[in-house]
Amino acid sequence: MLKCKDVSIKYENFCAVHDISFEVRDCECLYIVGENGSGKTSLLKAILGLIHVSEGEIVFDKKTDIGYLSQNGGVKNDFPASAFEVVLSGQVKKTKFFYSKEQKNKALQKMREMGVFEARNKCFRELSGGQRQRVLLARALSATDSLLILDEPLTGLDFAAAEELYKTLAQLKDMTIIIVSHDINGALKYADKMLYLGMGDSFFGTPDEFIKSGKLSSFGGGAK
Amino acid sequence: MIMEFLSHPFIVRAIVCGGLICLCAALLGVTLVLKRFSMIGDGLSHVGFGALSLALALNAAPLPVAAPIVAASAFLLLKLSENSRIKGDAAIAIISTSALAFGVIVTSLSGGTNADISSLMFGSILAMNKADVYISACLAVIVITVFVLFYNKLFAVTFDESFSKAAGVNVSAFNSLIALLTAVTVVIGMRIMGTLLISSIIIFPALTSMRVFKHFRSVVISSAVVSVVCFIFGIFLSFVFEIPAGAAVVAANLLAFALFSLKPLIVK
Repeated sequence: MLKCKDVSIKYENFCAVHDISFEVRDCECLYIVGENGSGKTSLLKAILGLIHVSEGEIVFDKKTDIGYLSQNGGVKNDFPASAFEVVLSGQVKKTKFFYSKEQKNKALQKMREMGVFEARNKCFRELSGGQRQRVLLARALSATDSLLILDEPLTGLDFAAAEELYKTLAQLKDMTIIIVSHDINGALKYADKMLYLGMGDSFFGTPDEFIKSGKLSSFGGGAK
Repeated sequence: MIMEFLSHPFIVRAIVCGGLICLCAALLGVTLVLKRFSMIGDGLSHVGFGALSLALALNAAPLPVAAPIVAASAFLLLKLSENSRIKGDAAIAIISTSALAFGVIVTSLSGGTNADISSLMFGSILAMNKADVYISACLAVIVITVFVLFYNKLFAVTFDESFSKAAGVNVSAFNSLIALLTAVTVVIGMRIMGTLLISSIIIFPALTSMRVFKHFRSVVISSAVVSVVCFIFGIFLSFVFEIPAGAAVVAANLLAFALFSLKPLIVK
């Protein structure tokens, strides 16, 4: 699906991402973990093509539509929009002027799959945190049928809602998923591959290899 | 009274021009308010003041001088707002006060009177001529066409810029288009509404509608209706009580805002 070779991302006076290499195969789930300021979001933005890499390259093996869920949903709290309007906007790139009947049905179908069909006419800002993430996930899923990129999707969710979201993501077997996360436990449990970004230190491999590498301790023993 | 009100050609012109401008401002206002760009409208009106003063001093037609200057500043302000390293709001404040000072200096040096400054500041319903009617009609056609054809893209870009960018939508082209249309709307509208009050017709209708409506489509439609109704009511007030048009329209908008704010209380 996607290869990162020796990628570095530099801003004017500091280096956000230093010499990272990894590969994501089709239908794999990659968790990117690391402390604040370790360059996770920069790396994500580079994969999305929103910023340029300073060195190295990021190569997709074919042209891929990306469904993206930004940090905090990227959403302003007072925005007047129905959940359906939000999900429909996932297909914005595939439509010239107006959404077709099929596109509307697809949006409704994705809402059913994410369990937010009942909330379709509700105002987005009045939904619970968990429901919002599901609506945004439905939007991302109507934008792509191959690659999902999620930036901190669990922020602001309580334990039960987070657990629900993990289960939903695990059910998306045909999808390649890249998730930036703080939650190391969830990553160890649900990831196929893990990319750990530390200060001047990184790791890429399976969760088992990550545990063996001993880098887990740098998370302050938060994992069990 | 209403017949007498409509028997003056200048009032009819003001209502046609102003109504169309208010429609444009309200539509653009929904995106500007939700994208946190409301201050751009305010900044542009001050730049517009400077530019119109310059046109007046040079004895030139107002639109050809002011429109390009304001459009250029619209792009500049947009860039400043997008660039988080510079404090966007502070930069806008510096630009707008400088433009205001420039306008006042130009007017007094060129022998303009306080009446000139005052009419630019507070607007006048006498300001519209036949050409303005055609120009505002063109602007309204363009803005409405853009909103109808690109409604879905506008929603996506307004709701979540980074998602749209990642999906491959040309977000900066849309932002530039909105900035350009806002600039033209401000330049034409400020001669009726005045520099100090023009940004209110961009901001008020969207905020008023958002008090009651919760879907994007209904907010857009309601803003357009509220804006035009408030404008006509405001001009009527201005005529009856002989108060400046701009201030009367703002008062009408404030009234609408208060009425719409009552709704949650009534429903509960």
